[in-house]
Amino acid sequence: MTNQIIRQKLTEKFGEQITNWEEPYGMLTFTTPKEINLKVLQFLFDDPELKFQFLTDLTAVHYPSNVGGELAVVYHLHNLIDNIRIRFKVFTEIKKPDVFSATALYSSANWMERETYDFYGINFMGHPNLKRILNVDDMEYFPMRKEYPLEDQKRIDKDDEMFGRG
Amino acid sequence: MARPVQYNVNVKPMENPIGMVAAPAGMPGEGFFATKLSDVVGLARKNSIWPLPFATSCCGIEFMALMGSHYDLARFGSERVSFSPRQCDLLMVMGTIAKKMAPIVKQVHLQMAEPRWVLAMGACASSGGIFDTYSVLQGIDQIIPVDVYVPGCPPRPEAVLDGFMKVQELVGKESIRRRSSEQYKDLMESYGIQ
Repeated sequence: MTNQIIRQKLTEKFGEQITNWEEPYGMLTFTTPKEINLKVLQFLFDDPELKFQFLTDLTAVHYPSNVGGELAVVYHLHNLIDNIRIRFKVFTEIKKPDVFSATALYSSANWMERETYDFYGINFMGHPNLKRILNVDDMEYFPMRKEYPLEDQKRIDKDDEMFGRG
Repeated sequence: MARPVQYNVNVKPMENPIGMVAAPAGMPGEGFFATKLSDVVGLARKNSIWPLPFATSCCGIEFMALMGSHYDLARFGSERVSFSPRQCDLLMVMGTIAKKMAPIVKQVHLQMAEPRWVLAMGACASSGGIFDTYSVLQGIDQIIPVDVYVPGCPPRPEAVLDGFMKVQELVGKESIRRRSSEQYKDLMESYGIQ
């Protein structure tokens, strides 16, 4: 199986909805609308030839300049039989970051989606237990978004003048 | 042919022979010795400090070297490293404390019985160190009172020994009334303890 066959199969099924085909370092990468992310995952999982049945990673990226699609949720899938990996992105606007949860299809998505929520604030609709996993529970922001300076804004212990920014 | 091997053939005289701790200042007499109670209590306490290692990262590795035969913290009366806070006198916090870990450090400190001392080992425990970021506590003195800070990243075992001897100095000189003083209560109050 090659990237060409995967691309052909996906195009047959979803037509023009799948865009931004790329192959950086030989890894097939594409973008789908966020409404059909589960349909694409299910198709890649169920198809007798594609067999992408292992979710390697699920994370997000913040692109502040991409207005209307600031947050990208990235799925990394692995076909363990043919040893082929693919990756696809789903873009969502930052004001309403709702994306369907993949937990029904992949159990491993549970903690990965919690982590993605924790750091980027993606609201995974249908997730059974969407709460913070790594950061303190009472944190009021999503630290990996490119909206904040790296350090804690509420700190009082370090005097700015001592660090040359007074 | 086998090489003849001999170890420790030259007996090296000890510079300072192992001895007893000197008695505190006082009035010796025939069959009695008069001195201050706090000196005697301090002497006993400072030579039998039980440390509780709270090791979260690389400073913990240095602590393992400190407990080994080469540096041997046991020489200072601290052979008994305990992981039970209720029996310990000295909380040694070694390593980065994330904000999520902060309530656990505080709880361990609360579980220790008075009198208790705290030693912050290394840059992270003392000030957050290089982790100047949203997830890391910027020094454990934000949640519990600290007696001695040991600088370094990580500090060498000698530095920790020095810090430990500083703790011993504090323990030995502490008045037995200190823990019930208003000042001490205010300090604890400022950390929200009791």
